[in-house]
Amino acid sequence: MTTFSARLDLVTESVGGDSPRPRARRLPVAHLGLVPFAGYVVIFLVLPTVLAVFTGLFDKAGHLTMDNFTALGDPVILETFWNSTWLSALTAAVGAVAGAAVCYALLGIPAQHPIRSTVDALAGVLAQFGGVMLAFVFIAAMGRNSVLVEVLSSLGIDLYASSNWLYELPGLILPYLYFQIPLMVITFAPALEAIKPQWAEANLTLGGNRWTFWRRIALPVLAPSFAASFLLLFANSFSAYATAAALASQGSQIVPLQIRAALTSETVLGRENLAGALAFGMIAVMAVVMTCYALIQRRAERWRA
Amino acid sequence: MIQNLASRRFGGISAVAVAAALALSGCASAAAPAAPASGASSAASAPAANPTTAASLTDFGSMANLEAAAKAEGSLNVIALPRDWANYGAIIDAFKAKYPEITVKEQSPDVSSAEEIQAAKTNDGLDTAPDVFDVGLAVALQNKDVFAPYKVATWADIPDALKDADGKFYGDYGGYMSVGYDSAKFPAPTTIDDLLKPEYKGAVAINGDPTQAGAAFAAVGLATVQTGGSLDDFSAGIDFFSKLGKAGNLLKVDVTTATVASGETPVVFDWDYLNASHKKDKASWKVVVFPGKGYAGYYNQAINAKAPHPAAARLWEEFLYSDQVQNLWLAGGARPIRMEAMTKAGTIDATLAAALPAAPSETLVATEAQSSAAGKLLGEKWAAAIK
Repeated sequence: MTTFSARLDLVTESVGGDSPRPRARRLPVAHLGLVPFAGYVVIFLVLPTVLAVFTGLFDKAGHLTMDNFTALGDPVILETFWNSTWLSALTAAVGAVAGAAVCYALLGIPAQHPIRSTVDALAGVLAQFGGVMLAFVFIAAMGRNSVLVEVLSSLGIDLYASSNWLYELPGLILPYLYFQIPLMVITFAPALEAIKPQWAEANLTLGGNRWTFWRRIALPVLAPSFAASFLLLFANSFSAYATAAALASQGSQIVPLQIRAALTSETVLGRENLAGALAFGMIAVMAVVMTCYALIQRRAERWRA
Repeated sequence: MIQNLASRRFGGISAVAVAAALALSGCASAAAPAAPASGASSAASAPAANPTTAASLTDFGSMANLEAAAKAEGSLNVIALPRDWANYGAIIDAFKAKYPEITVKEQSPDVSSAEEIQAAKTNDGLDTAPDVFDVGLAVALQNKDVFAPYKVATWADIPDALKDADGKFYGDYGGYMSVGYDSAKFPAPTTIDDLLKPEYKGAVAINGDPTQAGAAFAAVGLATVQTGGSLDDFSAGIDFFSKLGKAGNLLKVDVTTATVASGETPVVFDWDYLNASHKKDKASWKVVVFPGKGYAGYYNQAINAKAPHPAAARLWEEFLYSDQVQNLWLAGGARPIRMEAMTKAGTIDATLAAALPAAPSETLVATEAQSSAAGKLLGEKWAAAIK
């Protein structure tokens, strides 16, 4: 099937490619439309990233040094990378599964229904609702002096009996899920909607059941989108800073907080360039995750003609 | 086909190249550096002083010349001065009232000392660079090359140990590390080990992270000296907070005026003047400075060597070290640097001085060597100790 369509492509291209002159004249002008966006990306994304990451190669006096990169091997720093990774992976996994379940539930509701449009709009807002406001929402709702804790303690349940978990690393899981699940709903809903009912009908006519439909048709088709959404959720959680800074900043348990400590500490000085090395470390982790995603993509490509 | 591919790729690359060229040319046209106003030349009698290099009031000739030069500049940038920190709000307002011709721009009130220096470096040459700094000792010692030497008129009143001999930085106010608590909910702690008791479960917070903030660093220092350790080795203090965490008494939320007022952080380790400022939000808030060994810390004033408004910066310093403002700091609960000299001269506000918590018998201030060793130790051990 693949080779036939490829041969077909070659034929059509060789037929249509007889007049290169008009196409060559049109191309450069069309590409000029890209200049503003390219300029924006270069100034605000590429240039700062390159500058920030390469400060890790220099020391305070401006000399080239590998000290900052060897400092990445410090047990405290490695611990924070591990914390960031497991926290991001956990919230991305739970968020992906829960978000996918919400999308699946929404499939049964017609597109124009008020519930559907409300959930879509709400997901769009809540996906960006992070930072200090989110931390405050959780402190007000579940903190030591909150209404929920008062109600529960009157029922005899002490939410903080073991420790003040809300202000430590486990306390970040619920706030992160608060924006991870809506983000999953936004990014994954189109993929679920792309499953055609004709495939379900074809599955039934060929003698399959619900189990075979999911295992052999829907899941392989959805896998690339699911993996891409998981990657997005992972990246979102990995780089989240403001929520953790407001809620669990004591001890700088995750990498963005370590970067803050290296840049703005007034007690442990001279570590500004370490922040560049830490940023480089974060990019390295993301590169590893994206490689895994690319491998999954390549495997899932088998299911596409 | 290959020709089309190449021209398409060329088109894309040329677009990015044009964009990059435009972007870089935009960056290259830097803003014209603000010329320091040599407004002193407008004064009739005195020789024109260059405000950028003036090292004391004598270089200007008289206070009137300094005031004229500052008014000619018309503006002053201050940074990292929260209005409720040691009564800075009242001090800034007093300066504005005395010199209405000078617009005071209060930048970034909540940044740390290290960020003040970074702001000066990032805004180098621009009109928005900070003119004056109020920094902790560690940051001041590390960044002397950023400061311009200036000795205020009352220089002799500042204790020698608390100022730089060249005049690059000088102490302005200080306080003792204290524990503030809500007396309606918690008993008064008489010693630091009282805080390990079950009555304080989930209640004790410190103002920031010791690897970042000076106030939190000092809290560990206080714990060190109060549990029998010495300032050469902060591990006694780290152990105390580790014990506090294991007892379930340590609250890891960041302390702000709002968390104290709402009751989220009912027991707080903080400077005595900051703890004192919470009394107006909470009637039952009390402050205790543990007797015996006290951990003190002074903040320091400095002038930016590349200040966009050098005369106004120097006028601000003269203003801060006048009797009026030293008493305003006292009103904020802090100990002004000229307190000893003013008490001898009788210019100190006696009522306010008496209202300060009793000073402990022994005052300990960490030296530069002790601070950097402690900073290193905290960087290695703090996160694991309070997990």
